[in-house]
Amino acid sequence: MTANKSEIRLSVQQVRKVYGAATRNEVEAVRSLTFDLHAGEFACLVGPSGSGKTTLLKCIAGLLDPTSGEVVLDSKHVSGPAEGMAVVFQEYSRSLFPWLSVEDNVELPLKTSGVPKAERKARVKEALEAVTLSHAAKSYPWQLSGGMQQRVAIARAVASNPSVLLMDEPFAAVDAQTRGELEDLVREVWKRLDMTILFVTHDIDESVYLAERVLVLSSSPTIVQADIHIDLPDVRSQADTRSLHRFGELRHQVYEEVQFAKTNPGGERMTAHDGLHA
Amino acid sequence: MIVLKRLGMWLGLPVILIGIWWAATAQGTNFFVPKPDKLATTFISVWFSEKFFTDVVPSMGRLLISLAVSLVLGVALGIAIGLSRTLRWLLEPLLEFIRAVPSTILIPVLLLLIGINDTMKITVIVLGCLWPVLLNTIEGVRSLDEVLKNTALVYRLRGFDRIRYLVLPGASPLIMAGIRHSLAVGLILLVVSEMFASTDGIGYSIINFQNRIAIPEMWSGIFLLGIIGVLLSVVFQAIQKRVLGWYYGLKEASNDG
Amino acid sequence: MRRAARWTAVGPYVLGVAGILTALVAWELFSAFGRVSQHHLPPPSVVIPTFLKNFTFTHFWLTVGQTMWAWFLGLAIATLGGLAVGLLIGSSSFLRAATHTTVEFLRPIPAVGLIPLAALLFGPRIGAELLIVVYGCFWIVMIQVMYGITDIDKVADDTVRTLRMTWLQRVRHLVLPTLLPYLMTGIRLAATVALILAISSELIVGTPGIGRAVAQAQLNDNPPAMIALILTSGLLGILVNLIFRFIERKVLFWHSSVRSEVAA
Repeated sequence: MTANKSEIRLSVQQVRKVYGAATRNEVEAVRSLTFDLHAGEFACLVGPSGSGKTTLLKCIAGLLDPTSGEVVLDSKHVSGPAEGMAVVFQEYSRSLFPWLSVEDNVELPLKTSGVPKAERKARVKEALEAVTLSHAAKSYPWQLSGGMQQRVAIARAVASNPSVLLMDEPFAAVDAQTRGELEDLVREVWKRLDMTILFVTHDIDESVYLAERVLVLSSSPTIVQADIHIDLPDVRSQADTRSLHRFGELRHQVYEEVQFAKTNPGGERMTAHDGLHA
Repeated sequence: MIVLKRLGMWLGLPVILIGIWWAATAQGTNFFVPKPDKLATTFISVWFSEKFFTDVVPSMGRLLISLAVSLVLGVALGIAIGLSRTLRWLLEPLLEFIRAVPSTILIPVLLLLIGINDTMKITVIVLGCLWPVLLNTIEGVRSLDEVLKNTALVYRLRGFDRIRYLVLPGASPLIMAGIRHSLAVGLILLVVSEMFASTDGIGYSIINFQNRIAIPEMWSGIFLLGIIGVLLSVVFQAIQKRVLGWYYGLKEASNDG
Repeated sequence: MRRAARWTAVGPYVLGVAGILTALVAWELFSAFGRVSQHHLPPPSVVIPTFLKNFTFTHFWLTVGQTMWAWFLGLAIATLGGLAVGLLIGSSSFLRAATHTTVEFLRPIPAVGLIPLAALLFGPRIGAELLIVVYGCFWIVMIQVMYGITDIDKVADDTVRTLRMTWLQRVRHLVLPTLLPYLMTGIRLAATVALILAISSELIVGTPGIGRAVAQAQLNDNPPAMIALILTSGLLGILVNLIFRFIERKVLFWHSSVRSEVAA
């Protein structure tokens, strides 16, 4: 089940978002964002706080309408929560239904989109296995630790077989050790199920560790300031990969971009780095 | 041994109180307070007779029907109103005013409008019980967690599915609180409406006994009301525990955190 | 966008008033054309003038005063009693266990069930009303006080002990602050119940007050007076609620967390 790598799953075209238009408090949060996500790609969005990451994510997820520009998912224009999109939110405890067990939570989107029972059960089982939570299927979310709850949210997203998986700073509220485990889990799930993932984070190290491609956003009014190809080995581990020389280089590069972004709103690209862009 | 201790706790004070009651009424006949054994025998002779069918059943019927109607109407309307900001703004002041009216004061008017029948009583009880359920449902719907709502949106939970899997369970803690309040109000309205204008019912019986100066019988009726109150409370709590099991677990987990 | 922001600010008021006006119009129309006799359900155009004129009659104010006096007295007695008993029982786990079954049986007895007894004991005098109001409200306050006391054990009791505070200091710095929110909740809940109990007693027993006035109006076949009194009672209910929310805010301005009434 290898995806055709040249197929474009998600296309963000000149998305612009202005809050409070035609009032005194008009704010151009996002000036122009354009990038494509190919099938099977794992891309990270990084940026300083106030860089419109959340705004962009909401536009892509269909929760917010862009002021201009458009989002295209699987060649279909996005004008509301679209089929083929799944989202993992940062606040895992508030995203899972507390009155449903773990397996019921994972099953719910399948149920409401009309998937037949036998297939539902199979997909739920598979998803829970992928996140190693099969033993907790009958537990309730609030009986689980933070890391486990987030895994349930990932399982739910994965079970719905999305075209694109959006993750909005999913590990920001989790302790460092658990974060490492979850990062590896996401890469594992990505490879195994051949998913296309757009991962938003403010953690530079995380973005380099996880992704094939890091998009750095400038601060408001936001544009894509840099699009960096991550040429680290395919097999990554917390202990080894992070101590690679190349990791340090890439990390440094992203860091510099982010620093530039912080001090140059709506920033022009740094000319010195042009040669390193993909 | 533990069982004995538990039993002692449960029955200790009641037994002592009944003992005091017995001793106090042993000397001669007090007009206002019957002896415990007289009350017991009166209770059985009065209520375990045809009176059960002529009075208790109609009373309970009125109450249960009214509660059911209030519940269904209150939740349905509450969801509809709670989901619409416009409707909420339109109706909330009005609903708050209506809720503030002590509902027993409606009885005389409804007596004139509808008459001295079951419809009148059911109308009165519904008019009193509807608001706690309705207003609590509205509040429950309105205060659904933002992230949960976004999750439901993203996974395209729509229409009836959204209500069934998100809105109703999410609002259920507040709805149950509203129902609990309704139970108390309903009982008050049932009793008062039957005392004020009725030809049968438990309330009617009690006031009737009082008018005829049938004191032990009157007390037996009060006692019956107590039993009914306890039963309603016990049943409700059992239902609440079942429906809101997840909610108590959640609260406990977040308190430990 | 600007319009959206403005609407959020004024919308509730505009629509709220619109809602009430629409209800009045609907009432007017229903009374005129609906399947009810216009005599038995007079329209607002008849009721509102009656309602407003009431405020000019001393007799009206006297009636309201009688109800509110019974309400106040009953509430006060119930509060003091509930506070005292709640403190006593709540501070001892033995007492709590020993009285549990008795409380759980007496508490659900609807106070209105005692109305015939009250009538027997006192006749149409304020004592009858007080019996009912006090019985009904006592439990509410007592239960809340008990919740409050048991909540203390989880709070900084250990801290107090390590600081070696005297009994009085403990009461002042730990017991009262923990207890106060619960007590305020209890009084606020009881205030509403007291009103309905007072009026219900007046209705049945005939103690002077709004309830009796409504019963008399019914006997005199005077629906406008009845409905005017209904509106008055609604206003009183709102007033009572507002006053207690105000008091609660003032007394508890230091209290950050919100005690949810869901927990019961």
